[in-house]
Amino acid sequence: MSVKDRVMKIIAEQAVLDVEDVKMDSTLEDLGIDSLGLVESIFSIEEEFDIQVPFNANEPGESEFDISSVASIVKAVETLVSEQA
Amino acid sequence: MTQNRVVITGVGTINALGHNAATTLEAMREGRCGIGPLDIRDVDRLGVKIGGQVRDYDETTHFNRQQIVLYDRFTQFTLLAAKEATDQSGINFSGELSDTTGVVLGTAAGGVNTWDDNYRSVYEDGKNRVHPFVIPKLMNNAAASHVSMEYNLRGPTFTVATACASSNHAMGQAFHMIRSGMAKAMITGGSESMLCFGGVKAWEGLRVMSKDACRPFSANRNGMVQGEGAAVFVFENYDHAKARGADILAEVVGFAMTSDASDIVMPSKQGAGRAISGALRDAGLNREDIGYINAHGTGTAANDKTECAAVADVFGKHADKLMISSTKSMHGHLIGGTGAVELLACVMALRDGIIAPTIGYEEPDPECALDVVPNEAREVKVSAVLSNAFAFGGLNAVLALRKV
Repeated sequence: MSVKDRVMKIIAEQAVLDVEDVKMDSTLEDLGIDSLGLVESIFSIEEEFDIQVPFNANEPGESEFDISSVASIVKAVETLVSEQA
Repeated sequence: MTQNRVVITGVGTINALGHNAATTLEAMREGRCGIGPLDIRDVDRLGVKIGGQVRDYDETTHFNRQQIVLYDRFTQFTLLAAKEATDQSGINFSGELSDTTGVVLGTAAGGVNTWDDNYRSVYEDGKNRVHPFVIPKLMNNAAASHVSMEYNLRGPTFTVATACASSNHAMGQAFHMIRSGMAKAMITGGSESMLCFGGVKAWEGLRVMSKDACRPFSANRNGMVQGEGAAVFVFENYDHAKARGADILAEVVGFAMTSDASDIVMPSKQGAGRAISGALRDAGLNREDIGYINAHGTGTAANDKTECAAVADVFGKHADKLMISSTKSMHGHLIGGTGAVELLACVMALRDGIIAPTIGYEEPDPECALDVVPNEAREVKVSAVLSNAFAFGGLNAVLALRKV
């Protein structure tokens, strides 16, 4: 599975949706993922890829890790994974 | 129903700012920061490496070997603070007073160091046997029970666990018991000691911790910092205190508690506001009477914005006149013990006319546009104050105090 597919799967699971219903341009709000859900998703991503995601729940919008859409999250994870390799 | 007046006749503490009330208040007056690098086992495996740790502390100078096997660090802190408070109060527990005086203390997590050490021993070191006193050492009520035994206090004694509001809820119970006539005196306050690998790691998971400093209300804040320690008070029936010629430090006049009934971690302006206005109503105080509020002020965006909005809502125009500061910037967030240490700042405001500052304040935040007493203590006489505590789980507890 690609990084993208693995991230989509994590987000879908958090949103209690089928993977097909998660679109790249969806925002977390569209998917009904709240602040706790976001922290859990990031935890799952870290566990899945064995990476450290720079994210502070106090100012989610201002973290280096861009969470504005599913696409931005996928891109950020791809970057972190490639940096680690 | 007749309502008895309730006063504070003794205070004691040990926390990152000092090992007693005098040094703690001096640090608050000077705006000193007690937060620094954590000195704990496996700190290199933590992402958050700072905390408001009690420094220069050697348990063996205070307790003997038999005591140490039974006293977790949170119990040790409680006993030291209780000794200071009862010494200052000069109260002599005997006869009927001893039968009716109890101990109500707050702690969120009790003997976390004991859990941590013993999990390590069975999981990491593979041991199959633990010390026989692990359970009586780690239980949340251990501190309350040891204070009760130490002073032969045989009245209502228990521990309150409401996360970050534990101490305020505990002190509220003690207040109610004396006000109603159920007790003439109570030992109350709270304690917490979760600055160990497991305790900090658990908080790290929530991603609300700062890696550099606690800067409540400052636009560039980036989270909370854990602290540890205890503060203990002697609450006493006013007539009883007066009759024995006790030095009365402040009067506890109101208490209110509410539940947000909404979210397990996100605070609610309505829930906080109802607790604040409830405490004013219970105290029979007008909004304009309040000169100072010791804020919950954790340094997280969620708390600080919600708390300031709640204060603005309840106080209206007077919100711009009162002072509100968060001493967590100096001693860190003592979780279940925090309200107790923060009540010291309230007593100082009433008794000495010194308002403890919010240190680490660097940039104004338009969403926290109140007088947060930035960086430097201020000399202002105030006659009534509030102490806010808003816990995870949406549980809010606010105390109102007045000058005597």
